[in-house]
Amino acid sequence: MSTGAQTYFDEIVAAATGRLVGDEVLLANVAGERTDFIRLNHGDVRQAGTVDQRVLTVDLVEGRRHVAGSIPLTGVRSLDDARLSALLGQLREQRRHVEDDPFLLYNTEPVSTERVEHGEIPAPDAALADIRAAAGGRDLVGIYAAGDTYSGFANSLGQRNWFQSATFNLDWCFYLRADKAAKNLYAGFEWDDDAFAAKVDWSIRQLAALERDPIDLAPGEYRTYLAPRAIEEVTQLLSWYGAFGQRAHETRQTPLLKMLVEDLTLSPLVNIAEDTAGGVAPNFQSAGFVRPDRVPLVVEGAYADTLVSPRSAEEYGVATNGAGDAEQPESLSIAPGAIPTDRVGEALGSGLYVGNLWYLNFSDQAACRTTGMTRFATFWMDDGEIVAPVNVLRFDDTAFRLLGDRLEGLTDTAEVLLDTSTYEQRSTASQRLPGALVSGMRFVL
Amino acid sequence: MSELLIESPAASVEIEERLRAALPADVDHASARLVEERSEHLRVRRHQLDPIFNQFDAGVMIAIWHDGGLGYAATNDLSPAGLDDAVATARRWAAITAGSMVPVSAPTGHAVGSYESPVEVTWDSMPLADRIELLQQQSRLLGIDDRIVDWSASLVRREIDQLVLTVSSDGGEGRIDQHFRFLYPGLRATANEGTNTQTRTFGANAFCGQGGAEVLGRYGFGDAASRIAEQSLELLTAPNCPSGVMDLLLAPDQMVLQIHESIGHPLELDRILGDERNYAGTSFVTPEMFGEFRYGSELLNVTFDPTVPGQLASYAFDDDGTPAERHHLIDNGILVRGLGGATSQERSGVPGVANSRAVSWNRPPIDRMANLNVEPGESTVAELISSIEDGVYLHTNTSWSIDDSRNKFQFGCEYGQRVVDGEIVGTVRNPGYRGISRTFWRNLKGVADRDSFTVMGTPNCGKGELNQMVGTGHASPACLFGDVEVFGGEA
Repeated sequence: MSTGAQTYFDEIVAAATGRLVGDEVLLANVAGERTDFIRLNHGDVRQAGTVDQRVLTVDLVEGRRHVAGSIPLTGVRSLDDARLSALLGQLREQRRHVEDDPFLLYNTEPVSTERVEHGEIPAPDAALADIRAAAGGRDLVGIYAAGDTYSGFANSLGQRNWFQSATFNLDWCFYLRADKAAKNLYAGFEWDDDAFAAKVDWSIRQLAALERDPIDLAPGEYRTYLAPRAIEEVTQLLSWYGAFGQRAHETRQTPLLKMLVEDLTLSPLVNIAEDTAGGVAPNFQSAGFVRPDRVPLVVEGAYADTLVSPRSAEEYGVATNGAGDAEQPESLSIAPGAIPTDRVGEALGSGLYVGNLWYLNFSDQAACRTTGMTRFATFWMDDGEIVAPVNVLRFDDTAFRLLGDRLEGLTDTAEVLLDTSTYEQRSTASQRLPGALVSGMRFVL
Repeated sequence: MSELLIESPAASVEIEERLRAALPADVDHASARLVEERSEHLRVRRHQLDPIFNQFDAGVMIAIWHDGGLGYAATNDLSPAGLDDAVATARRWAAITAGSMVPVSAPTGHAVGSYESPVEVTWDSMPLADRIELLQQQSRLLGIDDRIVDWSASLVRREIDQLVLTVSSDGGEGRIDQHFRFLYPGLRATANEGTNTQTRTFGANAFCGQGGAEVLGRYGFGDAASRIAEQSLELLTAPNCPSGVMDLLLAPDQMVLQIHESIGHPLELDRILGDERNYAGTSFVTPEMFGEFRYGSELLNVTFDPTVPGQLASYAFDDDGTPAERHHLIDNGILVRGLGGATSQERSGVPGVANSRAVSWNRPPIDRMANLNVEPGESTVAELISSIEDGVYLHTNTSWSIDDSRNKFQFGCEYGQRVVDGEIVGTVRNPGYRGISRTFWRNLKGVADRDSFTVMGTPNCGKGELNQMVGTGHASPACLFGDVEVFGGEA
């Protein structure tokens, strides 16, 4: 149904609008995908198939009282209309039991937008053949997911917003042995054999470096280079726990609490923004607010703006900037620095090169003290050259050190990292991040 | 009729006939797994009711095994045309993957049976207005002090009806229908002074299960709000947890996490087989270890038990149609069985369990934990505390991190108690501990008896590509470990 998904959504909402009672206002969101997936292990297919799904979520408002619900859209108009009617009836019944919601806020000045990104995605059998050929007998494990994803907003006030993209995403590893692997990602709108081959070549070179005997490093503090994928884990943890959200800020649950209470700062080299214009996520949210192109979150190391959802806007008396309810970045970017990306080894000299971090969480959230593991390719470097892969290490350190007084610099290019998450549906989030050189990072196990 | 139903239930005759008609009889094996889910989400935060959210979801996963290929197609279009399209798509995938699959056999045989969650007090017997008022009451018990800056009380009820039909070219047919009813209560209080923020919670990551309104009483929901509010304030003035190597007593609501991360995941056969290496990770456990590896001390007995009434992941059949039975995975400390369904057992040659499960209709099944329980021992909790010279007693998980082989872990708890010379001497904040799985479980030196044994579950276990978030059950008494590296937060 993806081809006509936008029209179908418009028609469903228009029909439901016609059945509203009195002063009711309808807010509607749809999220859908048709995704082909191929899961691989040891270069062979483990599971493969297609997921075709779309969910319609509605919020039925009368004055300041409202109740929300969701149903699947089948594409069979009579059934979908009947289900939506039944849902609206249930919401009206429940609405009798709720009081005015003082934090209700939705966009009442319709701003319609549309963004459709077409893609050139290979047929599933061709994609599988390409991937297996690239594996060339190596131990390839991972997931290929491709197809249309879309989301839309509409309300009974006439606003329509639509976002649709056709993308592919191959998220894979070449494994050497045990936990030693070269992790890579090939994603985009158009499959390009040469670009894919370049990715595969990079992985093969990293695999060769992993063939050396690994070493164990004792707990301690090491000079460390964190590649963009490793930084992504840090920023993701901060985002999940409200580092950039107004609600967590107001309720003192933000891991950057010391920046609020003690005016602590990160390094002046650090500039973080929600860069909607530079990302691949929709530029609208579920109450119909359109996001600004850019929201500065940290400027030269100091706390700047927060992401403010409509509910927080009403609760705390600040203007919304189109954030979702979770107030988490969907297109976070960190501005690049001055370290030439192709001379990272030289800048590091002797120390740890960390390609990926894994399973981060807080040791002490209020102090932003974070723990996590190295994963996949981590190397000990000497004079800028790889000496040996390093067995997994646990770090326990604060972002105030890693992105603060221990930060020597950021690379001069920022890598676009598409979120590979497929919980419920393929994600449209992304981050744009440089690598970071840290004079000392604490490892504890 | 349930308040949550907005159309006929999944097991209606019409839908079943439609599915049966769509399944092809000319393939080695085919299945249709229909899942309908209805849920209601209620939360009162700071005395204000959040918008009520009602979810309804329905769809089907078609799976076709043929000529060595396997194809899936998931759709929420349950019309005859929609089902025909899904069957055709699954057929195409089976043809594409034939010859390039990880070797797996098509299922043999067909199961017939059913399951229903035990429900003592139907949730619908409590009107919506009463449910909201119950949460408002808890909110009033939570927001007792200006230093409590955020608090909430929540209830999530879910109903899942699942029908699995199977057919094969030899004329065999199967039918399994299972009906699950869940309740997830939740309470949260966050207190703050300056740079010190402390949160106490009750519920969702441990105290949830199958059943109706009786689940609230099962876990003492009505008594919890005052306790966690007071403890969040108590933590503001408590000293940081001391650092050092000492005894560690874990309450059942932290054992949930300890079992889950450092026994459950490493024993999953699909991890051991490498399926998860690109995402969730691998395992330090290898197939050769089963039958002889000492996983923990002789006090450690771990069962896979999907038959516990009311536990979060109880069921009669897994999603491959394997009948669910209780098995020991670790017997007096020795690893004897893995967590893997029929496919993983065939691939690994390791004995497993009925744990091939999918989060919903839109994902294929993979090896999951279901109910994974530590069996009770013979000591009382008081005896365990009195045996501690220098240690801590930790409650309620707040932080979890473990390496991709499930070895080096670090966990944090919301609330700690210092134990010296056999006595609890005070409260400590920001407690954490770290270790290595096999060393840690071998240092298990006390398992409390049935008095502290608590049947719990956790609703959010993430794994798989495509990603899947499922509920898993865990039951445990309090357990005592020796020589653990314990630490506190920043000064």
